[in-house]
Amino acid sequence: MTGQAAAAPAAAPIFDTDELVINMGPQHPSTHGVLRLVLRLDGERVVDADVVIGYIHRGIEKLSENRDWTQIILLTDRMDYVAAATNNLGYCETVEKLMEIEVPRRARYVRTVLAELQRMASHCLWLGTHAMDIGAMTVLLYAFRERELVLDLFEDYCGARLTYNSMRIGGLPLDIPTGWDAKVRAFCDIMEAKIPEYEELLTNNRIWLERTRGIGVISADDAVGLGLCGPPLRGSGVYRDVRKDEPYAAYDEFEFDVPLGTRGDTYDRYLIRLEEFRQSIRIIRQALDGLPEGPVMGKVPRLIKPKAGETYHAIESPKGELGYFIVSDGRATNPYRFRVRPPSFCNLQGLRPLIVGHLVADVVALIGTIDIVLGEVDR
Amino acid sequence: MLDTIVIPLLKIAVLLNAVLVSVTFMVLLERKVIAWAQSRLGPMRVGPYGVLQAIADPIKLMIKEDIRPVRADPMLFTLAPILSLVPALVVFAVVPFGGDELFYVTDINVGLLFIISVTSIGVYGIILAGWASNSKYPLLASLRASAQLISYEIAVTMTLVSVILTAGTLSMVGIVEAQQQSGLWFAFVQPVAFVLVFIGGLAETNRAPFDLPEAEQELTGGFHTEYSGMRFALFFLAEYANIIVISAVVAILFWGGWLRPFPNVEALAFLDLIPGWIWFFGKMFVFLYIFIWIRATLPRYRYDQLMRLGWKVLIPIAIGNIVVTGVVKVLL
Repeated sequence: MTGQAAAAPAAAPIFDTDELVINMGPQHPSTHGVLRLVLRLDGERVVDADVVIGYIHRGIEKLSENRDWTQIILLTDRMDYVAAATNNLGYCETVEKLMEIEVPRRARYVRTVLAELQRMASHCLWLGTHAMDIGAMTVLLYAFRERELVLDLFEDYCGARLTYNSMRIGGLPLDIPTGWDAKVRAFCDIMEAKIPEYEELLTNNRIWLERTRGIGVISADDAVGLGLCGPPLRGSGVYRDVRKDEPYAAYDEFEFDVPLGTRGDTYDRYLIRLEEFRQSIRIIRQALDGLPEGPVMGKVPRLIKPKAGETYHAIESPKGELGYFIVSDGRATNPYRFRVRPPSFCNLQGLRPLIVGHLVADVVALIGTIDIVLGEVDR
Repeated sequence: MLDTIVIPLLKIAVLLNAVLVSVTFMVLLERKVIAWAQSRLGPMRVGPYGVLQAIADPIKLMIKEDIRPVRADPMLFTLAPILSLVPALVVFAVVPFGGDELFYVTDINVGLLFIISVTSIGVYGIILAGWASNSKYPLLASLRASAQLISYEIAVTMTLVSVILTAGTLSMVGIVEAQQQSGLWFAFVQPVAFVLVFIGGLAETNRAPFDLPEAEQELTGGFHTEYSGMRFALFFLAEYANIIVISAVVAILFWGGWLRPFPNVEALAFLDLIPGWIWFFGKMFVFLYIFIWIRATLPRYRYDQLMRLGWKVLIPIAIGNIVVTGVVKVLL
């Protein structure tokens, strides 16, 4: 017996440790749609992560190359479906740039109001789900309560509540209904009063601080290197806001601040988005105060057929820099090449470096903090 | 015969049914209170103001298909929900709902010790459920449950030592009587202990902000991910029965059980017109409400933060509390 034991290979240690591979998504309540993460865990600590996308790919870019220029507006709604108006805006402005169409000032003002309302609706959704991921369930309902009011405003304006199709190349399909600006003002007052309500539940909450401060820190250099945009980039203290750097719509006529973070952690990104609520309210009030009279549709040829050429135009969507690259061959009534730079996709690039080294509980918080919409990631 | 078998059995039957029924209404209460906190209505469809939801839910769970994953451990998978429910019900044996013998099943001289030991068995149900499901998310949940167990159990037990020191007895009835003699509820004598036990109670019942083992946003339901139908309902019953237990224990240990406020002040004697058990249920209800209120308000701790809280904050305070209590006790 002893001889046999000596000949046997050294026994494996009694307590073997092994990495656990766990599949998070695409059907997981906290992956905000159909994101899939393959996590390699040591205990609860994430050793490595694979981010898998593509579950909601509908080929919007390719579809767009077979639609005429006006029909594409409808498709852009379906990318970032929680911020359809900014998608419309980005696309319409790109085509206007390509065709050198002058947009009436009133249309640009109303577009700005719509875009900022949309930013608040999108941030409401982000705030609610982000807080929900961390376990604060009441904030979700509070944020959705206010988002509902924005959707009502959109319904008043264009009849739709989610996919608006609210803009046209050269301006807007409709002027604002009578009394709509008063409703928007009333909403701004309500929203201003509700932000402290969110802050009361979260900003100084010890558990919230412990769950977000120092979690998912990303330095300014890394943020730029990863190509992040929007609040995640500004959270790391990089000053980049398309509204300021390359003003579009009527942003150059308004005063507003661009909040910047200092530590680049989840808490900073939270504070920045809350501050963006306030800045959006500020912009909307200025726009409504100075709303010029006039037409809402510019001089647009009956057949939209840009001359041959290509252009790139970016706007600041709620999620970050939303860019459109469009090539026209000058002969067809559809784009030759249609390509979107979706902010969610670029920000998703930062997810893996963010979550490696953190715990499973932080993973859901970090998916929330970069604020992705999978419809836009996959398109 | 009548005194030793029939009456105790009757009491047990009444108590068990009362607990199980109140659990279903506790679920309704939670849904309603959270809904109000979140500016919505909650269940409104079944019966007036959704009152019958409490009956509809159990019926639905009972007639649901009983699914057991193929690769689950059949015995443990069935045992786990039972193991978590039974201790939660057994504890009620020593919980006095009033001063009269009619209001408790038994008053053993180590009542508090009995409660501590039996409630900690309940966690094995969760740990076993996670293990027996043979699934990854439940496994993570059961690891969390184990980590959580050692973090709060020690602190709570140590805190209870100072209560025992103050009361000089382990009997639940005795502890209330001690509060009657001293004329002060122990919440005023032992405020620190009260806070610690309540926090520990939140962790013990896996309630927010310590609901790590079920954390639906992270672990998709945690230990009960693979459970459905009646087995799931047993976990549910256990969780809410535990909440009722903790509320009752806190009411007894710190808020004078069935005693009226300021039990020795003669001027308030008119309050004695209200029977003791109403006082008791009133106090219990307040704590049930606080449980729900906390859930609606706070985000969830991470499990390493819970362990840090347990080991670095709660346990030192509990030890300090014992020392202070001991010194005061000796000096007086």
